[in-house]
Amino acid sequence: MFRVELGKSFRRWRTWVLAVVLGAVPALIVVALVLNPPPPGAGGDFINLATRNGLFAPLAALAVVQPFLLPLTAGLLSGDAIAGEASAGTLRYLLVRPVRRSAVVLGKYAAIVALLCAAVGVIVAVGLLAGSLTFGLGEVPTLSGSTLSLGEGFVRLLGAGLYAVAGVAGLAAVGLFISTLTESGPGATVATVAVAIIGQILGALASLDFLHPYLLNTYWLAFFELFRSPVSFDLMGQGLTVFAAYVAVFLGLALTVMSRRDVLS
Amino acid sequence: MGAALAARGLTKAYGGVAAVDDLDLTVEPGTLYGFLGPNGAGKTTTIRMMLGLIHASAGEVEVLGERVTPGKGVAALRRVGALVEEPAFWRYLSGRKNLEYFARAAGPAEDRRARLGRLDEVLDVVGLGDAAGKKVRAYSQGMRQRLGIARALLGAPDVLLLDEPTNGLDPQGIAEMRALLRRLADGGTTVFVSSHLLAEVEVACDVVGVLTRGKLVAEGPPSNLRPSGDRLRVTVDDPVRARKALADVEGVTVDADPAPDGAPGDRPLAAAPSDPALARPAAPAPSDPGPTRPGLAPAALRLTLTRPARAAEVNATLVAAGLEVSELTPEHESLEDVFLDLVGDDHVPR
Repeated sequence: MFRVELGKSFRRWRTWVLAVVLGAVPALIVVALVLNPPPPGAGGDFINLATRNGLFAPLAALAVVQPFLLPLTAGLLSGDAIAGEASAGTLRYLLVRPVRRSAVVLGKYAAIVALLCAAVGVIVAVGLLAGSLTFGLGEVPTLSGSTLSLGEGFVRLLGAGLYAVAGVAGLAAVGLFISTLTESGPGATVATVAVAIIGQILGALASLDFLHPYLLNTYWLAFFELFRSPVSFDLMGQGLTVFAAYVAVFLGLALTVMSRRDVLS
Repeated sequence: MGAALAARGLTKAYGGVAAVDDLDLTVEPGTLYGFLGPNGAGKTTTIRMMLGLIHASAGEVEVLGERVTPGKGVAALRRVGALVEEPAFWRYLSGRKNLEYFARAAGPAEDRRARLGRLDEVLDVVGLGDAAGKKVRAYSQGMRQRLGIARALLGAPDVLLLDEPTNGLDPQGIAEMRALLRRLADGGTTVFVSSHLLAEVEVACDVVGVLTRGKLVAEGPPSNLRPSGDRLRVTVDDPVRARKALADVEGVTVDADPAPDGAPGDRPLAAAPSDPALARPAAPAPSDPGPTRPGLAPAALRLTLTRPARAAEVNATLVAAGLEVSELTPEHESLEDVFLDLVGDDHVPR
């Protein structure tokens, strides 16, 4: 199921368009920095640090896509996963193979997570390529002012990428659940993206701060912490716990709905 | 070995309305079973329950002796191929790639290998060998239908469940499909095919079940569904003598005179008066027959034959009685009439 899902995805234009769009983000950031370099001594965020070390170009790109484009990607992939098959009518033919319905749901989810890995991989690869060619690589400055070896920098970049995937995988579980409720793939996608947007609105309202610990987006950008010295894993640890909780709850709901529902599409 | 398919008290209600209502059904292995019914009779709902796609509200359904429970991987379904409503595919993939992915999508490794090994074979069987590389998006409805059959055949199934398999096929395609299903059934596959087209099931099937409002209202070989046996129209010079001559032949019933051609109410058995001597039932019942009409004008009689009576015997009897037979035509009461009688006015989709 998992491999079939991946095979199907790589034969869809959609997948490649998505890859190009996501890959364009780090490329655009690098181009923008070349055309309009930050003043020397500007603040030490990822974008400005990229001009000192190309390693920060993919990190800057991740920070840009994490609140918008990655949730959109997750919504597109997960919202369409079950609902798209239902509206195309292929779901019933998959299920009569025969296969446990849980295998379909889990196989689809695994494929979505794999594709999200690929999406983040594209961003990191393009960012690293463009950033290192333009600004070079070297010792890695941290947000706290100290420096890391280049090897250590790569390890932390990998960690940041995986953390980004984990964050958006939580949203994908929500999307997959929504996808089991409808026969409209686009509807489920929009609903999933809406969940992400509402999360960010709630996250922006200070009066609702009691809610913030339970929102996915509260933790999405916590991979910044990896580039502080010393690294604090507190926020990321909480983040991973919340992501895992979302995955468990919504994947469980998706499995429950699928196993009980009548497949009438 | 038990039944290939069995439903017992199978019921599916949507919002209190029964789509399938206490259905009992048994299909023996190797049978080509025609599941006939108007749109909305519950055919597809029944098939979906057989495949474990929807939950029964009551009753149970067994495939190859195993009870079907939705959501579980029912092992018996490994030996089932299915076409449910339209044949749906991933339109952005070629026909061949679709089959490949469906073959690989699930099931034990040995099943997947076996299905993959049959790709070319099933594509050839349905005549899509040449078009297999085209994207399904570009297929005609008939081609999609064929591809759907190919997918159903991938697993070399013991039971084929086909929902309206001839939809969208041209007459030649329908004839080919019929021959294919016949061949499969002759080879031991149980073929369960639903249809709202009567001609289809009449020609091809071993057994026909007629479903209406979720209930099976008739079942049997297509020939048995005709309640009145074969019918014969005979034109003779003297109908009165002909009636007398035929009165003693076993298995021959002479209907009352039919209404003139084209007249309404041409449903002789129940409505017409039964006095065999009457030349014109429309006439106000005269009590003295015979002499008032010499009976010399040629007239048509309608006969109902039940086995062992045959048309040749009727002819021989009439000729032996010195009558001149100018016409003798078999008249099939179409299955359509039988069907409409059975389903009543339910042939309008609800």
